[in-house]
Order: sequence, then C-alpha cells, then structure tokens
Amino acid sequence: MDRALGPTSVALVAVTVWLGLWVTPPDETQGNFVRLLYLHPALAWVALYLAFGLAALSSALYLWPRTRSQRWDLLAASTVEVGVVFLTLTLATGMLWGRPVWGVWWTWDARLTSTALLELLFIGYLAMRRVPADPHVRARRCAVLALLAGLDVPIVHYSVQWWNGLHQDQSVLVGGFHFKIHGSMLWTLLLSFVAMTVVFAWMVRRRYELAVRESAVADAALHEAVLERRAEGVR
Amino acid sequence: MWRDAVLVCGKDLRIELRTRVLLWQVVPFGVLTLVLFALALGPSTTELQRGAPGLLWLALLFASVLATTRSASIETPDGTRSSIRLLGLDAGGVFLGKAAALAAQLLVIAAVLELGLLVFFHVNAARLGIATPLELCAIAALAAVGTLYGAVVAGTDVAGTLLPLLVLPALAPVLIAGEKGTAAVLAGGGPGRWAIVLLVMAVAYLAVGTLLYGSLEEPT
Repeated sequence: MDRALGPTSVALVAVTVWLGLWVTPPDETQGNFVRLLYLHPALAWVALYLAFGLAALSSALYLWPRTRSQRWDLLAASTVEVGVVFLTLTLATGMLWGRPVWGVWWTWDARLTSTALLELLFIGYLAMRRVPADPHVRARRCAVLALLAGLDVPIVHYSVQWWNGLHQDQSVLVGGFHFKIHGSMLWTLLLSFVAMTVVFAWMVRRRYELAVRESAVADAALHEAVLERRAEGVR
Repeated sequence: MWRDAVLVCGKDLRIELRTRVLLWQVVPFGVLTLVLFALALGPSTTELQRGAPGLLWLALLFASVLATTRSASIETPDGTRSSIRLLGLDAGGVFLGKAAALAAQLLVIAAVLELGLLVFFHVNAARLGIATPLELCAIAALAAVGTLYGAVVAGTDVAGTLLPLLVLPALAPVLIAGEKGTAAVLAGGGPGRWAIVLLVMAVAYLAVGTLLYGSLEEPT
C-alpha cells in the first residue's frame, strides 16, 4: 500500500495532465485558461480542508489527555508542512488565473485575503515548531496554534457568500449533487481531486516517516548527553 | 473561575501601576506611530481624515503587540508559572483575568490614540464618540487574541520576534472590521455589522481561550 502511493500519484497526475491539456475542450469565454480548473480547485481542496482539517483534528487529539500521543503531534506537523506547500500553489495558480480573467495578479477580495492570512497563520505555526523547546511543551503550543489557525478555514470557505467579491461562488456542486459542468470537463475535474488527494497522502506519509526518525534521533542524542553527564559525575 | 479572574486581573494591573511600562513605553510608542503616519501622509487635511480610521487601528494593533508582550512576560520569570499552579487557580480564570487586565490597558491606549486623532488628523470628536461600542468590542477581541498568543510564546527566547508573526495575522480581522466600522461612523453612519463581527470574534476567542489556556500552562 505504502509503496503503491508514489507510483499511483504520479500516474493519476499524468492522466489528469493528459485529460486537462489535450482531451478537454477550451472554454467559450476563458479559452485555454480554463485548464487551470483541473489544478487550482483540487489544490485548494487539499490545502484548506484535508491538510488543515487533519492538522486541527490531530492537534485536538494531542491536547485531549486520553488520546495524547507524540504521533498526533508529528502527524499535525507533517500535514501543516505539506498543507502550506499546497496552499502556496493554490495562491500561485489563483494569481495565474486571475491575471487574464480579472486583469490583475492580486485583488483584496475576501476569499484571497482570508486565504493569504491562513497561509501566514500556518507559516507562524512552522516558525513555532523550529523554536528550541521541550518536545511536549512545543507540541502543546503548536497544537493550540493549529486549532486557532483552523478557525480561519470556515471564514475562507464562506467568505464568497458573506462578502461579494471577485472570486466566484461554488461552481462544481450546487444545491446538493447537481453538477454545473459536464462531460469530459467534469470527469477531469473529479480526477484532479482524486490525484491531488493521493499526492497529498503520499507526501504526508513520507514527511511523517521522516518526522518519526528525526524525533528518534533527537531522543537518542538526549540519551547520549545524559549518559555523558553521568559518566562525568562518576569520574 | 470568576473569582480567580478578578484576582489575576488585579495582580496584573497592580504590577502595571507600579512599573508604569504602559505609561512610559507603550502609550508613547502608539502616539509616535500616529505621528509617523501623519508625516507619511503629508499635511493635507482631506488625506489625513480619509486615512484616520485605518491608522487608528493600525497604531492600536502595533501598541497592543507591545502590551501583549509585556503581559506575557510578567509570567515568564523563573517559578512564576509554578507559583500560579501551586495556588490552584482555575486556568480559564487566569486567562480571563489576564485578558481583562490587557483590555483595561488597551482602553487607555485607545483613549490616548483617539485624542491624537482629534489633534493630528482633525476628525470630528462627536462622531468618534459614537464609535465607542465598536471600539469596546474590538478591544475585547484584541485582548482575548493577544492573551492567548502571548501564552503560546511565553518563555521562549524568541518571543519578541515570534509574537508579531503569530498574532498580527490573527488580528487582521480586527483591523479590517475596526477600520470599516470607524470609517462608516466618521462618514455619518453607524458601525452596523462590523461591530457584530468584532463582538462574535471577541466571544469566540474568549471561549476558545478559556478552554485552551490550561493546555498551555500544564507542567512538562
């Protein structure tokens, strides 16, 4: 299963690229720029809901005394790190799309602004993780930070409804499971969501494994230092 | 919980009254920020009046970061946190007490900054008075957010640089809602939904802070 994640994600991305660039038709009004549809929403879905949702959940599980375990802290850290990459790509592809469609790279629209703030909040989280501290103290602080930053996710989600800006409202599913787009465009869009989800799972899996090894190395170094101090005391 | 909140609030305010850090450092910094903004905008009264609402909240935001750093650093010296734990105080009460003390200090800073706005930016004093409920909601939100993030960085070697990075994005909604609400009031309207946004934010952060503060204060 673990070994299959990497090749599966590469294959899914390759098929999405093929469908998105060669099979699907250009849009009547946006022309070929519509092909960003097969990248931008999928990146946003992974970053906003999957990555930061998982980070908030694992942080809550760490803070809850009955479920407290270092693996939740490491999982939260891994998902935030990968989530920040996906969110950066979301903003970048949004800007690439905004330039030809809106005429500007960036506008102070509610969706864009709240997304940029979310990215800054999670960059703060990553900065906090690099502050030298006792692992348990750091884990608690970061868990609180992840939950606080997660408060911005619903604001990002509903921003297009609360404040009417340039960013369009929901465009795939409207009123339940009534799709607004059809044919090859719909299937390619749905495949892009699956592809990005698998890529995310693969990246988080690899990062989590690395985080566990880093933690083991740090523990071993601490153990060695304690033994050295004891040996000095005996001498 | 409420008794502990009053106790901690009184302690923080007594420390402030004795040390006068707010009076001699934070308030002058806020006024200095306003003056520098005025210099950047130039002498045009129209420009100054147009920029006044945003600059008021920006100056208050920057000053609140200093006040928050100060509020968190009170608990940092060796043994202070342990002493508070030994007293058996309710963590939620400690959070609410510290937030209340910070809110009281921010009220003083806001009052001085508004005076500065009247003098340097030529805004209408009567209209500014109408914005008071909006400001009270915003100050409650600033204090709740500041106290929570202050506790997150307390005791770290890099608290001074890390706190602004963490707290300013979280406070950005206060800046937006405060600016929009104040601008609407100064233009002759009411704060409208912006006061409600700030009130919801204050209540949400006070509730979350009361729940989570204990996790930050747990012994290692």
